[in-house]
Amino acid sequence: MYKLILAIRYLRTRYIALVSIVSVTLGVATMIVVNSVMSGFATEMKSRIHGILADMMIETTSTDGTHDPVALMAEVNRIAGDYIDVMTPTVEIYGMMSFDWAGQTIHRPVTLIGIVPESKNRVSPLAQYMLTRQDLFDDGKLIRGPLRAINDPLTWDLTPEDLQLRREMIEFQQFQQRVEHEFRPQNAGSGVTPVAAEAPAGDAQFDSFLQPAVGSSADSTAEAEDTIVDPFGPSTTQRTPSDPAAPMAARVFLGAGLVSFPYKDRETGGTHMMYMVQPGQDINLTTIKTGIPEPARFKATVVDIFKSGMSEYDSNLVFCNLEELQYARGMITGPDPTNPHQNLNWKDGEITTLQIKLKDYKDAPEVVRRLREELPAAYFSVRTWEQKQGPLLEAVEVESAILNVLLFLIIAVAGFGILAIFYMVVVEKTRDIGILKALGATSEGIMSIFLSYGLALGIVGAGAGVTLGLVFVAYINEIETALSTVTGRKVFDETIYYFQEIPTVVYPSMVAWVSLGAVLIAVLASILPAWRAASLHPVKSLRYE
Amino acid sequence: MHTLRMPQSKTHLSAVAIDKAYLKGAHRIPVLRGVDVSVAAGEFISIVGQSGSGKSTLMHLLGLLDAPDMGEVRLNGDRIDNLPARVRDDLRNNVFGFVFQFYHLLPELTLVENVLAPLMIRHGVFSYWGKKNAFLEQAQEILDRVGLGHRLHHRPSELSGGEMQRAAIARALMNQPEVLLADEPTGNLDSHTGGEILDLLCSLNEDEGLTIIMVTHDDYIAQQSQRIVRLTEGRIQELEEAA
Repeated sequence: MYKLILAIRYLRTRYIALVSIVSVTLGVATMIVVNSVMSGFATEMKSRIHGILADMMIETTSTDGTHDPVALMAEVNRIAGDYIDVMTPTVEIYGMMSFDWAGQTIHRPVTLIGIVPESKNRVSPLAQYMLTRQDLFDDGKLIRGPLRAINDPLTWDLTPEDLQLRREMIEFQQFQQRVEHEFRPQNAGSGVTPVAAEAPAGDAQFDSFLQPAVGSSADSTAEAEDTIVDPFGPSTTQRTPSDPAAPMAARVFLGAGLVSFPYKDRETGGTHMMYMVQPGQDINLTTIKTGIPEPARFKATVVDIFKSGMSEYDSNLVFCNLEELQYARGMITGPDPTNPHQNLNWKDGEITTLQIKLKDYKDAPEVVRRLREELPAAYFSVRTWEQKQGPLLEAVEVESAILNVLLFLIIAVAGFGILAIFYMVVVEKTRDIGILKALGATSEGIMSIFLSYGLALGIVGAGAGVTLGLVFVAYINEIETALSTVTGRKVFDETIYYFQEIPTVVYPSMVAWVSLGAVLIAVLASILPAWRAASLHPVKSLRYE
Repeated sequence: MHTLRMPQSKTHLSAVAIDKAYLKGAHRIPVLRGVDVSVAAGEFISIVGQSGSGKSTLMHLLGLLDAPDMGEVRLNGDRIDNLPARVRDDLRNNVFGFVFQFYHLLPELTLVENVLAPLMIRHGVFSYWGKKNAFLEQAQEILDRVGLGHRLHHRPSELSGGEMQRAAIARALMNQPEVLLADEPTGNLDSHTGGEILDLLCSLNEDEGLTIIMVTHDDYIAQQSQRIVRLTEGRIQELEEAA
């Protein structure tokens, strides 16, 4: 009983000891804040990766893919159907994208992914990242609300606004072309030297390949005519097929990083986003055909721009409708031999990747094991999204582990502070220890007074640290704002991290481990002083006043 | 009337041929050389000697606060100085009561908590809480007896020297000890207050038959006891009956 009462009394009367645990408190608070922010970032990053990738994917070793997706899906269903929620077929291939902007042609290396939007959106919720479904901000100001609801099914349809934009753009372009056509003969005639004559010719060739972009030249319009498979539903059926404003058969979702860049307004000092391509515009895509890698070129209409927040994806991925990509790569032909570009069905073509969403992600190792066992390893590789993004996730994990070790060392250093102050307290309490021994207290009893004192200090320190840390995490964005105001510099720049505010996730187990560690260190630090107290000779401690 | 309860012949606590030396660096400084002392049950004896004569050491040895180099300490005829530490701790808690020159109250505890300290040491948290009220009553009774019943919740720093010494005596009595060991109980007090403390000890001896061993350097105070043991340079010089 005396151990308890004395430990509590010491705790309440020795303020110097309370000071010594301030370092523990700060250490615990820092660890909680850092861990919360890091796991916030990691969780956010994972959900973004996961939002683009699927739970797991079966990839063909060759980029030519497998010719019978239906059979593959049936096989996968047989092997692990019980665990699988949804599957979606895709074709993944490297390619190049080019578009015109500000009088120049811009090229970007991309990864082209042919998708079936309905099932892809169920495998990984892509729709939420589409810019037409979000408020668009520029320099912190709302410039337009969402053009469609976030829960609308993901399709290849343009919004009416974008369709209108496209129409106007094409009309302007046609006008421009007419004007150019009228004046060109004179221009060409004026250029007499062979070099000069060759140059415009080269330009023209270049133009016809890349420039025709927005359905300008005659042949592209013709192509648009015969390829349209009624993408607008019943409301647009009456539209004449020769409508020059009709979108291309191939439609794409572009990563925001591919077609946008931030720039600083010199006058106002604000940061704006410049989009070089708008939905409704056309772009050129180049990739390879199957078999002998011949270039495959096709034009596609941009339906939407997505921003997942993973710059790796936003500046690399282009989602295309699966059938059109298959057609461009020669992986599919329509049932009508005279018109092979009509009535395409991806089931008749080849796919390179099967993306799978599991009912419960916990089953992933089991599903991977089964699929690896049964599918021929030479043709298919089976990976979860974590395995696919292994190096990145591992880097984050290592980073956070190192940070934790360093921060824990801070608490360990605090432990030495506790040790020193405890030693002092024991020396100060020498006489009291003698009295307690004279009154019959055992050495173990004396020891446990100081151990429980250390424990109590640890609990108080860790408790205060947990409170401080959690409060800090809860108000981290307010604190960030205040710090930015005070220092005049932005502490957390949203445009760099893609986050509106600092993401945090508090895992109770992390809090428990950190505080347990801190308490343990406080107890460990009190062992030596407690042992010294216990081994004090009662007579020696009583003899002198 | 107490003479019946005090058969002077029965030895209660005794030191037999005790040797004790302290090491000061490489030097061995003998403090006690072959000391024999015995006290009968219910007896009140004084150990008198100059500073450094070894009287405090003798008392510590009798109270098991220290162990002799040679010789034995016996309680009711049984040797106790070589018992395991745990048993000696128990004996200090149950059999001996200590009173020191400088009171030695714990500054963190209130008066009543100081008095209850031996009971807190004897009982674990749960058994103490179970009997808390009975213990408090007991403490109140003892504090009333020493005349401090009205100052239960004061801190030692708020008490006078005499009050602190009375509190220390109350604490020593709390576990109903058989032997009270008092090391210069009046040494730090003025003669009037010292006299009161002495009267208190005498009455405890007379009314309750408590065996008391008191160490002092003051002959006048020693006169109050029944018997005086005089120590000079670590040896018993003479035994004399007090007045």
